[in-house]
Amino acid sequence: GAGAALMTVLPFRASAAAAEDVINEFTGGAAVADAGIDLTAPEIAENGNTVPVSVSAEGATSILLLATGNPTPGVATFNFGPLAGAQSASTRIRLAGTQDVVAIAKLADGSFARASKTVKVTIGGCGG
Amino acid sequence: GNWARLAAQQSLTQDQLLQFDTFGNVSLIHVTDIHAQMVPIYFREPEVNIGVGDNKGHVPHITGADFRKAYGIADGSPSHYALTYNDFSSLAQAYGRVGGLDRVSTVINAIRADRPDALLLDGGDTWHGSYTCYKTQGQDMVNVMNGLNPDAMTFHWEFTLGSERVQEIVENLPFAALGQNIFDAEWDEPAELFPPYKFFERGGVKIAVIGQAFPYMPIANPRWMFPEYSFGIRDENMQAMVDEVRAQGAELVVCLSHNGFDVDKKMASKVTGIDVILSGHTHDALPEPVLVGETIIIASGSNGKFVSRVDLDVRDGRMMGFRHKLIPIFSDVIEPDAKIASLIEEQRAPFKAELEEVIGQTDSLLYRRGNFNGSWDDLICDALISEREADIAMSPGVRWGPSILPGQDITREDIFNVTSMTYGEAYRSEMTGEFIKVILEDVADNIFNPDPYYQQGGDMVRIGGMGYRVDVSKPQGERISDMTLLKTGEAIDPSKTYIVAGWASVNEGTEGPQIWDVVESHIRKQGTITLEPNNSVEVAGI
Amino acid sequence: MASGVKPRVKVPKKAAAGDVITIKSLISHKMESGQRKDGSGNLIPRSIINRFTCDFNGQNVIDVTLEPAISTNPYFEFEAQVPEAGEFKFTWYDDDGDVYEETKSIAV
Ligand SMILES: [Mn+2]
Ligand SMILES: [Mn+2]
Repeated sequence: GAGAALMTVLPFRASAAAAEDVINEFTGGAAVADAGIDLTAPEIAENGNTVPVSVSAEGATSILLLATGNPTPGVATFNFGPLAGAQSASTRIRLAGTQDVVAIAKLADGSFARASKTVKVTIGGCGG
Repeated sequence: GNWARLAAQQSLTQDQLLQFDTFGNVSLIHVTDIHAQMVPIYFREPEVNIGVGDNKGHVPHITGADFRKAYGIADGSPSHYALTYNDFSSLAQAYGRVGGLDRVSTVINAIRADRPDALLLDGGDTWHGSYTCYKTQGQDMVNVMNGLNPDAMTFHWEFTLGSERVQEIVENLPFAALGQNIFDAEWDEPAELFPPYKFFERGGVKIAVIGQAFPYMPIANPRWMFPEYSFGIRDENMQAMVDEVRAQGAELVVCLSHNGFDVDKKMASKVTGIDVILSGHTHDALPEPVLVGETIIIASGSNGKFVSRVDLDVRDGRMMGFRHKLIPIFSDVIEPDAKIASLIEEQRAPFKAELEEVIGQTDSLLYRRGNFNGSWDDLICDALISEREADIAMSPGVRWGPSILPGQDITREDIFNVTSMTYGEAYRSEMTGEFIKVILEDVADNIFNPDPYYQQGGDMVRIGGMGYRVDVSKPQGERISDMTLLKTGEAIDPSKTYIVAGWASVNEGTEGPQIWDVVESHIRKQGTITLEPNNSVEVAGI
Repeated sequence: MASGVKPRVKVPKKAAAGDVITIKSLISHKMESGQRKDGSGNLIPRSIINRFTCDFNGQNVIDVTLEPAISTNPYFEFEAQVPEAGEFKFTWYDDDGDVYEETKSIAV
């Protein structure tokens, strides 16, 4: 429990506004639907410095990945080429604290889709 | 009191404890969370076990008289003593110690006499928790458990032996080491050492046992000790494994789980096709299975105190019915199995003198289990504050650790039973009041988050030298208030720095004396331990 | 070039023409975020892999832009079509101007 005390994973206050700016830049202010994209991330990060995240959006040309509670929200942009076997990708990301991870897909028809998931970053300790 | 005297008059026999009308065509035997308790002990079940969200008011989150009422358990009865906390010290005098792997073996042998091909499944937290286990890096428990001939096991605290030692043991295990959620951390692929499942053909039934290790190992325990591995609940992969074994003809799917009870309930609601979940980690002992959809969940207690027997009728590829008994191991009633008794003796012999050394006595009941401080924790926190000259002490909310009755000696073995671990260094550091609150909020969310998948590990961190109020119904950041430094009665100042002593840090390189040495030194100075009731935590929002 | 940078990829050795395969890549790199401070309180300058691409026989599979929030030793897993036998080319672009390459051929 307590033992972990020396590790400073203090909750970082989200730069939510900054995240919205990045999203607007990506979408050009277009409307964003809730369906058409999957985002997979753990409920609790085993390690806030390396959190596995997967995104998938059939037919997407690109997917923007954001961490809304990091000092800067950008994480990665995946652009899919003609030989992509699926419009999906997995990577590992840093999270400065418990926050929402957000993915926005630009679909083939030019529309946009969004998914988000809360990932808890905990100090840890205290096993049963 | 009165109940104890009544109870003492009742006689209890081995035949009664083992009585079971054999049913169906398959038997499962479940043991879990033994925490290296090879010999009989006392173990008081929790007084406080708060359920939140959908689990509020449901087992295992009812205790004491409410629990007895829910299961029709008579006051003063053997089940009262085994399953609830009230009147513990006097009932313990009447009914005696519980557990002992030689007695567990007798029960297993009796079930196998009824059903020779019964499956014995160990839910993990086996190679951790005692002096001899610490000194032999788990070898004592491996030797004794091998003597019981299990068919499979899964894992939690075992990994705190370090991945190299785990690998060394597992490579030589004469039974399956399962974990569908144990992955290679680098390439995110199933770890080869731990297969996801194993098939057994028993009673003409094709049975698949799927392992589920503790999902939050790298969070609850030091991940630097097993950096090669990644865990997680991975319920999508669990579903894939269930589908895979069904496609291969499994007629019965058993999940040997170390998820903890509420996580198992949620997993059972999301994954279809599991017939039986044998649940571990949260140390709950339930006299009846809990049904979620078409899945039954069995909780078999801890510390060698119980064995579950589950008989199943499997026909036409379906589980048609079950019969279950949670067998309490009353060690004065169940005859020890001589073969295992001598195996246990062999493990303990080299350490006899150290184990038996009397460090002090206690006038108070010493126990741990419960959401907040047990009296063992109070004693450990007192030791940290006085031996490490601290303002505040923190002790991890682990669920293991047997009890000591008033009037008993405290031996070195007893101290190790509540402190033994491979990262027992007692740190001493400075923390601001604000940071202490962050810790309490973080740990509180790991137990009181209404979504079980966000609950990460143990009970609430135990605190010495400081009082606080917790509202379990609030979200993270708003649960903890009224933090008070007990020695001055002043409110904790967020900007002020306090000296905090604790142990079991998950951080690599933590320095300090081992916690068992700190506790031993404190008990020696006290001679006889007398603890005042601890009212320093006010719980609201239940 | 930055020291100790070592790319690794996992590609099946064989596939049938038209198959979709899973590719995994890792490159050892500290991914200095530019947000950390050293012992004397000075910001440690950013030094990351900022782009990763995978091409097959000259056609693009995936092209990723990386920000400092990507973990140490950047890892990617993705799917690729294999229309014919040929060579996958993987390229990582470092902030310091270095470019690391790895190739893997696949038979059909
Ligand atoms: Mn346990
Ligand atoms: Mn456990």
